[in-house]
Amino acid sequence: MSNIFTPEQLKNFPDAKGHFGAYGGQFVSETLMGSLEALEEQYNRLKNDPDFQREFDQDLADYVGRPSPLYFAERLSKEVGGAKIYLKREDLNHTGAHKVNNTIGQALLAKYSGKTRIIAETGAGQHGVATATVAARLGLKCKVFMGSEDVKRQSLNVYRMKLLGAEVCAVESGTKTLKDAMNEAMRDWVTNVDDTFYIIGTVAGPHPYPMLVRDFQAIIGREARRQILEKEGRLPDALVACVGGGSNAIGLFYSFLCDEKVAIYGVEAGGHGVDTGEHAAPLCAGRPGVLHGNRTYLMSDENGQISATHSVSAGLDYPGVGPEHSWLKDTGRANYVSVTDDEALDAFRKLTRVEGIMPALESSHAIAYGMKLAASMDKDKVIIINLSGRGDKDIHTIAGIDGISI
Amino acid sequence: MSRIKSVLAALKANNRKALIPYITAGDPHPDYTLGFMHSLVNAGADIIELGVPFSDPMADGPVIQLACERALIHNVSLKDVLEMVRVFRETNTVTPVVLMGYLNPIEMMGYSKFVSAAASVGVDGILVVDLPPEESEDFAGLLRENEMDSIYLIAPTSSDERIKSICEHSSGYVYYVSVKGVTGSGALDHLEVQAKVNHIREQSQVPVGVGFGIKDARSAAEIAKFADGVIVGSVLVNAIADNQRDSAAAQSRLEEIIASMRQAMDEVTSPQV
Repeated sequence: MSNIFTPEQLKNFPDAKGHFGAYGGQFVSETLMGSLEALEEQYNRLKNDPDFQREFDQDLADYVGRPSPLYFAERLSKEVGGAKIYLKREDLNHTGAHKVNNTIGQALLAKYSGKTRIIAETGAGQHGVATATVAARLGLKCKVFMGSEDVKRQSLNVYRMKLLGAEVCAVESGTKTLKDAMNEAMRDWVTNVDDTFYIIGTVAGPHPYPMLVRDFQAIIGREARRQILEKEGRLPDALVACVGGGSNAIGLFYSFLCDEKVAIYGVEAGGHGVDTGEHAAPLCAGRPGVLHGNRTYLMSDENGQISATHSVSAGLDYPGVGPEHSWLKDTGRANYVSVTDDEALDAFRKLTRVEGIMPALESSHAIAYGMKLAASMDKDKVIIINLSGRGDKDIHTIAGIDGISI
Repeated sequence: MSRIKSVLAALKANNRKALIPYITAGDPHPDYTLGFMHSLVNAGADIIELGVPFSDPMADGPVIQLACERALIHNVSLKDVLEMVRVFRETNTVTPVVLMGYLNPIEMMGYSKFVSAAASVGVDGILVVDLPPEESEDFAGLLRENEMDSIYLIAPTSSDERIKSICEHSSGYVYYVSVKGVTGSGALDHLEVQAKVNHIREQSQVPVGVGFGIKDARSAAEIAKFADGVIVGSVLVNAIADNQRDSAAAQSRLEEIIASMRQAMDEVTSPQV
């Protein structure tokens, strides 16, 4: 099989059972199977419903502020001295990241299904904020699960969620980070399955979540494709996006999967370095397994226990990854690489000083790799980096690293 | 006939119901588990469900999560659990043992290596919480080849269609999850559970065990009135947690709980003459 797909082939991913090749699927306890079936059925009906689509598109335009700009980072490109670097400005969305594209979509599903309560897991807090935001707008009860470690390092977002009326539950089990927040959200969902809609924040989890989150995020790539054709009159040579669960990345990549000449790079969190074992890079250094409802690349030990992960960025600090990325890796369509905490921090400072744009630490991973990649390319080449979120939420982390308390 | 089937058939012939305790292997220390298993049998257990510790037990409440964490301090692995069953079988060849856990440790060992190892040490059935029948074709095939029972969960949310399909995939017994929620959840509604169990029986001959939310002898007896088996976990794991530093005390507490459930169950199912 060629690693470039035809649009016809792409329609089969996922297949009817939610599989992307060997990955994906529905690995959950029986209590949730009925809800997943109902969600899938509802989504399949609504995704072709013009009223639903119109409402979604209108919310993205008037509430989120789409389309987000595709910005030519001229000074950064010059400094790097290689390919032209364009930034897809998801940081300019309402609530400050790409996450809201998906929460708008899933909140509409919740509304159409008559659920009165919303739950979500969050790592950096961006998805939590985006969920609390749509819950406030629709007048739905909202509870967000967040690892207690992340509650500490993302206090600004915790307070934002509370201001929006959400209850934030600090999860003390396991490693007290995103994976444990997701465990706890699943436990809540099992218990309150009748009235509760679980808004998963990334392209992971049981089918149909990886599919529907991808579909809601695919607006990023559809816009970017149109915008680059307008600005450059051609497709980009490469795409770069950070990958934790991988929703911003799949959102950018999806519209380009059939374009042979577009190289695709997903950037994982290398933490202290992939060879130290202290990282969050399952595609680069993990192996396939099953967690949180899907088969995918995971960081786990030889006994199948999920490993503790490390990244300076809470949003990438997750031992799994969306199953579609696992499939794109195995087919060779996308390349997965990693950058370390230090490289990401340097990129944060660089973009801030050179372009006056403060990226989220997650997105800083994409910036770091994008700069390296651009430097290795000729000046007539073009790359798009997904600037998935803004960095305000990370100011405390950066200041702490600088030894400043604010 | 599998060990599970013959135990359940013998109980049925005597109008008795199966008492099926769950403990997490290696909690609070791997050296204790064997003694706990024998205590459970001595006090009246018919089948043992032995939990395989997992770092991310998504369907479990805090009680069993903590049990997993205690076991994992000692790095208790799937291999270690199989070894415990092997040693258990040296002195007990009659009590069926069902391994209950999550898929990832099995994925890492490899399906066929795991299933043949489990069969050879004397495991009788497997219940993988996050492996519904839809995803288990290969795995279930291996279990059949090795004459082990596939035990699946049925939930209050399962549709008729799913109940039917799950029963068709199950052997030994099906595990009816009596409450919406995680293990150790709040009180269950006996009448509602009874209606659902009767409903399952209309669709299948497979024996029905009921678990989640059974806390004491009285609720065990209530369930025994209509179900084929009573599955009890969190209350036992709590007893172990309360006596972490004293295995003898934990053991006698387990025996007390099981004996009282046994007695209460037998009183309602086979009236004394």
